[in-house]
Amino acid sequence: MSDASVSQKRPLGLNVLIYAFIALWVVLAAFPFFWTVWGSFKVEPDFFSRESWWNAIFGTYTKAQNDGNAFTGNGYYGAWVTKEFWRAVGNTAIVTVSVTVISLTLGTLGGYALARSGQRYAFWILIIALVFRAMPHITLVSGYLLPFFQLNIWGVLPTSIIVLVAINQPFTLWMLHSFFLSIPKDLDESAMVDGCSRFEAFRRVIIPVMWPGVVTTGLFSFLLAYNDFAVTSMLLSSDNQTMVPKISSFLGSVQEQGNVMFAVAAVVSATVPLFILVLFFQRQIVSGLTAGAVKG
Amino acid sequence: MPHKTFFAFILPSLIAMVLFIALPIVSVIVQSFHVEHGRVLVQVESCQPFGGCTTETRVDTAAMAELRAEAPMGQFNGFGTYLNRGHLAVNEIGAILSSNTGFGDVVSRIYNLPFYKALSFTLVFCFVVTPLAMALGFAIALAVNALPKPTKGPVIFFSLLPMIITPLIGSLILYWMIQPNGIVGATLQNLFDNPNLSLRQSPMLTWLSLLFYGVWTNAPFSFVVFYAGLQTVPGDTLESAMIDGASRWERIRYVIIPHLAPLATFVALVQLMDNFRVFEPIVGFSAEANATSLSWMIFNDLSGDAQLFGSAGATSVLTIIGVIILLTPVLIRTWREFNHKVV
Repeated sequence: MSDASVSQKRPLGLNVLIYAFIALWVVLAAFPFFWTVWGSFKVEPDFFSRESWWNAIFGTYTKAQNDGNAFTGNGYYGAWVTKEFWRAVGNTAIVTVSVTVISLTLGTLGGYALARSGQRYAFWILIIALVFRAMPHITLVSGYLLPFFQLNIWGVLPTSIIVLVAINQPFTLWMLHSFFLSIPKDLDESAMVDGCSRFEAFRRVIIPVMWPGVVTTGLFSFLLAYNDFAVTSMLLSSDNQTMVPKISSFLGSVQEQGNVMFAVAAVVSATVPLFILVLFFQRQIVSGLTAGAVKG
Repeated sequence: MPHKTFFAFILPSLIAMVLFIALPIVSVIVQSFHVEHGRVLVQVESCQPFGGCTTETRVDTAAMAELRAEAPMGQFNGFGTYLNRGHLAVNEIGAILSSNTGFGDVVSRIYNLPFYKALSFTLVFCFVVTPLAMALGFAIALAVNALPKPTKGPVIFFSLLPMIITPLIGSLILYWMIQPNGIVGATLQNLFDNPNLSLRQSPMLTWLSLLFYGVWTNAPFSFVVFYAGLQTVPGDTLESAMIDGASRWERIRYVIIPHLAPLATFVALVQLMDNFRVFEPIVGFSAEANATSLSWMIFNDLSGDAQLFGSAGATSVLTIIGVIILLTPVLIRTWREFNHKVV
């Protein structure tokens, strides 16, 4: 497709159309983020301006309330210090890292077994995993609550971590299964001919070559844990909340007190790690999305 | 691989899935057949020195606590919860069908029942957003493919943002912009010269903004997959199509689209599954007055002061049945392919 001859013959009108369309899409995709980041350093009457949105750009009210300075960090101070958003950030770090590590550990073992088995039941496990993958998370949550209350394990981080790991397993299994299929069978089988047990072969031969697939899968496990709202908002007590449920519980209280900017600052704070993630792992994310697609 | 080794490898993963996916499904089903205990009422006679005696009816909290401890799930209710007004509303539908003033009346009255209201938004969201997002994603893929190399990276970077963003946060960001005092909302007010215009005021506009959010957040996934697919379109076929005098459009129609068709099925499947659980945008847009979804109904039952496990369970089971119906064609096809491979 990337024929130079094809692109050179493109008429001018079509080129204009393509560039205009791409420009429109990039603005649509990126502008909301930049606007919110910019606005998070303003005061509320500027960012939510009834008069004119130029106020948000020039910071009219921010200057008036802030000795002529057009930027203010009050929203961030309010969110992180007054509302103790740092606690939620810490909880999110614990949850996402644990979920990613545990999911990958279980997923590599299981995915490897599924890729090498070839038995009928391996196929069935994959199909059931596909059905599980389609379950809306909130339907499972309504099944957890009552047993967790009874067992008295509701509200703490480990419970949410385990639940997120389990919810994540179907996807992890599918992804790593198709990744291990792309590693030639001969590799571990020759190790076994040399006298390794299956597990030794896995440890000595497969583990050294599996990292690209594991990193890609890990990114998606991280995203699932990071982006989750249904599970963490229902299963964590208010002291243990992670960022996303914390922001949602912000909304109600903060709006009444006229502190919406706290929520805006918190939202921007929660967006930054994702930004960095895409910046550094763009290629892995793209290849991960496509790997799933090619396998179907 | 011997069975024993296979299960040794996959056991941890299986245990996690059985304990936290399969058992909760069973638990949801059991819950859906139960309903909260009725309130235990006691007659209390309170006498005052000069006022005489009055009897009051009070909720006996001690007896209620005891009852809850004995049977935390509540009392058995059979299919009662499924059939009540909050779910399938069998009696109400019967009444609507037997006395109505025409088709429009039937539709609008059924739409006012909470379950059908949520179901209709969920289905509309699924089947409007998925094709639109795929079409937009395909268009972006074609356009990006025509760009000069150095610009592709940054464009892909920005394109990924709406997809990677936490759904609740993404919907909040858009919601703040389309509020009447946000940049988009205010501009629309100026444009239509209507100072009262608000995207929340009518169900129609709320639905439109939610659908817009859906397309915005779903398009990047189709884009990435289709873009990768475009790199694998065989150059020979394209060239021979050109030699045969196929126009640009005809090359897209007869070479590229057929080549991408298998990918399109995959994208459609994943996006239908994800859109069926639409939930966070409704919370983010505070749209529950005008648009609810099945997932939102469950969330709402569970997050109130009195957690309605029976009601949430029934909605969950109905949702799961919906998911299975949605997946059936795919499952049948995979099953056939697998059998084909084995034979």
